[in-house]
Amino acid sequence: MLGRIDTSSTASRRGFLAGAAAGGAALVVAFHWRPAKAQMLTADGALAPNAFVRIGKDNSVTVFAKHLEMGQGAHTGLATVLAEELDADWASVKVVAAPADGKVYGNIDWGGTVQGTGGSSSIHNSWMQLRKAGAAARAMLVAAAAKSWNVPVGQVKVERSVVSLRSGKHATFGELVELAAKEVPPTDPPLKDPTIFRLIGKQTPRLDMQAKSTGTAVFAIDQRIPDALVAVVQRPPLFGAKVASFDAAKARQVPGVVDVVQVPAGVAVVAANTWAAIKGREALAVTWDDSAAEKRDSAALMASYRELAAKPGTVAKTAGDAAAAIMRSARTIEADFEFPYLAHAPMEPLTCVVRLSADSCEIWAGDQFQTIDQINAAKAAGLPPDRVVINTLFAGGSFGRRANAASDYIVEGVTIAKAAGKPIRLVWTREDDIRGGRYRPMYFHRLRAGLDAQGNIVGWQHRIVGQSIVAGTPFEGGLVKNGVDATSVEGASTLPYGIPNLHVDLHTTQVGVPVLWWRSVGSTHTAYSTEVFMDELAHAANKDPVALRRGLLARHPRHLAVLNLAAEKAGWGKPLAKGKGRGIAVHESFHSYVAQVAEVTVDDKGKVTVDRVVCAVDCGIAVNPDVVRAQMEGGIGFGLSSIFAEAITLKGGAVEQSNFHDYTPLRIEQMPRVEVHILPSTQPPTGVGEPGVPPIGPAVANAIFAATGKRIRTLPLVSQGVQVS
Amino acid sequence: MAVSLSLNGKDLSLDVPDDMPLLWAIRGVVGLTGTKFGCGMAQCGACTVHVDGQPIRSCITPVSAVSGQKVTTIEGLQGKAAQAVQAAWVRLEVPQCGYCQSGQIMSATALLTQNAKPNDADINAAMNGNICRCATYQRIRAAIHTAAKSLQG
Ligand code: FES
Ligand code: FES
Repeated sequence: MLGRIDTSSTASRRGFLAGAAAGGAALVVAFHWRPAKAQMLTADGALAPNAFVRIGKDNSVTVFAKHLEMGQGAHTGLATVLAEELDADWASVKVVAAPADGKVYGNIDWGGTVQGTGGSSSIHNSWMQLRKAGAAARAMLVAAAAKSWNVPVGQVKVERSVVSLRSGKHATFGELVELAAKEVPPTDPPLKDPTIFRLIGKQTPRLDMQAKSTGTAVFAIDQRIPDALVAVVQRPPLFGAKVASFDAAKARQVPGVVDVVQVPAGVAVVAANTWAAIKGREALAVTWDDSAAEKRDSAALMASYRELAAKPGTVAKTAGDAAAAIMRSARTIEADFEFPYLAHAPMEPLTCVVRLSADSCEIWAGDQFQTIDQINAAKAAGLPPDRVVINTLFAGGSFGRRANAASDYIVEGVTIAKAAGKPIRLVWTREDDIRGGRYRPMYFHRLRAGLDAQGNIVGWQHRIVGQSIVAGTPFEGGLVKNGVDATSVEGASTLPYGIPNLHVDLHTTQVGVPVLWWRSVGSTHTAYSTEVFMDELAHAANKDPVALRRGLLARHPRHLAVLNLAAEKAGWGKPLAKGKGRGIAVHESFHSYVAQVAEVTVDDKGKVTVDRVVCAVDCGIAVNPDVVRAQMEGGIGFGLSSIFAEAITLKGGAVEQSNFHDYTPLRIEQMPRVEVHILPSTQPPTGVGEPGVPPIGPAVANAIFAATGKRIRTLPLVSQGVQVS
Repeated sequence: MAVSLSLNGKDLSLDVPDDMPLLWAIRGVVGLTGTKFGCGMAQCGACTVHVDGQPIRSCITPVSAVSGQKVTTIEGLQGKAAQAVQAAWVRLEVPQCGYCQSGQIMSATALLTQNAKPNDADINAAMNGNICRCATYQRIRAAIHTAAKSLQG
């Protein structure tokens, strides 16, 4: 979700949040959270060597996950990394969500003080932290065993939660807990050589499968606390409108309705159950003040974006002189692209449970921005942040939606609980979700390139028009540089191809539609426009799209390697039957490199079926290969869903879609066969939650072109009269 | 008005408005939360339960419509087909966020109960009403085939 400032600078990527929300710039120092000796055992006698693991007398190993599990497999991944260095028996490993605490559980990629999940950073930022945490715990167990057996530590082995000697003498972790608690955790424990990893890179089963296959996994919508009522909110029909007045008389007559309260978000109906709350809301009569509301049509907005694109924007990246090179070129190619607003539509609509007292606030949510939500909840409750407890539950998807700097749904929950004087469970309906804003912004792109007589690309201009995701948020300071929101241009300003003259600029528009990061952020649109445009250039230059890219990626070996692998596995160049086409795209996001080849069939009536997708990914060391595959499969499905038929459109400022009948996600019959190939790597792991998404759109569009000669430059496909199946 | 029905093998009398959807009665009144809310308009399948063995969308089914009938939710799911489906789901690591999966498993179990050897077209027909926003579809398909095979033993 969170983009980076600059791919070349991890320092700035890591630093961008420092000071943004929590005010401190210090990186988390590996072991400053080491508990005092007296606290090395928990109340129930478990070894607590650090903030990330508890080892019980029953041999249980409990890992504290600082990141949200929203489907991406973070819980399993985090536990794998720690359990590896601990040499724990995977069968005894459990994961619990860590409490909100920026000092201990801050995201190191974001400066280390803000706890949150995004930017495909969970494994990347935790890698060394959790290896050290596991290794330190292991060292204490080893030291304790060595002492009690009176042997040097070098003679002690650890395997699957059992500490042993060659002689056969052995003790379980559980048996050593008390002795180990007397040891001092080392600050710099030795780490394993990756060649002897037993869990990392292997098939460690996901830890949440049983709960998620039996209906027992608890999401916020399932969280029950005593005396809680259910709240639904009538929000304004237009973005920026406010409640002028309301009549709750009829709503209050609905059986089960307990209260109707006005909150900053709108009018909340509080009831004994969800159905009563929904019925109560239907009976509300609210008059809105829409004097400050956004009232434009999305079509009119897009027309104004197109007009803006005629003028130079704020420079995001420039190298050489692209305008002059294009002017002098033998041939100029130009293409415009249009991208609609997109809703995240996580399967579990936004929900939180809130209990307030005079001096405390407790929240249950699929919480993605724990310490930011803590601060915003505290403000809404009128309490200091340390009085806000956040219980992070499984999230039924997010795709970025639950990570917003305003903590919108959390603040709603707190304000309603406060106004109603009762614990509440706030439930958004699907209509609330689809119409609730915080969309992937709408964008217009214009690309121009010049080819010389041999078909070489001599100049490339890319202009992007659209809203800024981070403007007006605490992230603005870190992510907007020289007037350019890095998340608007990432993927375009970081174009990997060796083109001598490059110019990327940006018009940031002011529109009253709230926007947000959406799985893979800027790459959701920049990968599409750049990779479709590359295909256009290849066609214009009469070159093979893979060969053209290969020639321009000499300085980007990781791009090149995934491109080559995907092409090879897909049988690139092999003839296809009539009506079929193959397309390729390659893109880096969040330091992971992904190439995809799509194979499509277009029937006589023009109906498109995506038959097969071959995906190659380089995400450094693949901690859990099956999770990597799952995220590529899911990312491909999610990306396909968006290019097929998803669009949020506005009429007079009002959102025209409302539920899954008119905002239509991918269904099983539309899912292609996906093959994932993971590049072996010794590099530190990078994320996989988002990077599978960007290449699929352009790969499919290029395949449709190969099959039909039709270029799709405006999304979604169905808006261009393309039928999909 | 009280409505009587059998839920997961237990006879219940629910004192709820006639038009309350079964979904909200199960979740909010009985307190079983394995059945999920996704859309409220029969578009996503997250709320799928069995009524006399048939998969239905509980979000648009008024409680009164199942009066006297046998309702089964994921919590009460039993039998060979269900076990095979759930085992395949775990083994193939189908779920991601997991939110849609109760509904997927209810639909898949009903399919295998009626058709021991579904082909891909059968799977599409039976499962197309179940949206998975995490797009776990490839594994759903594979897990149904796996479960079918294990049932043939
Ligand atoms: S909640 Fe019933 S079909 Fe979506
Ligand atoms: S697993 Fe997330 S919606 Fe299906």
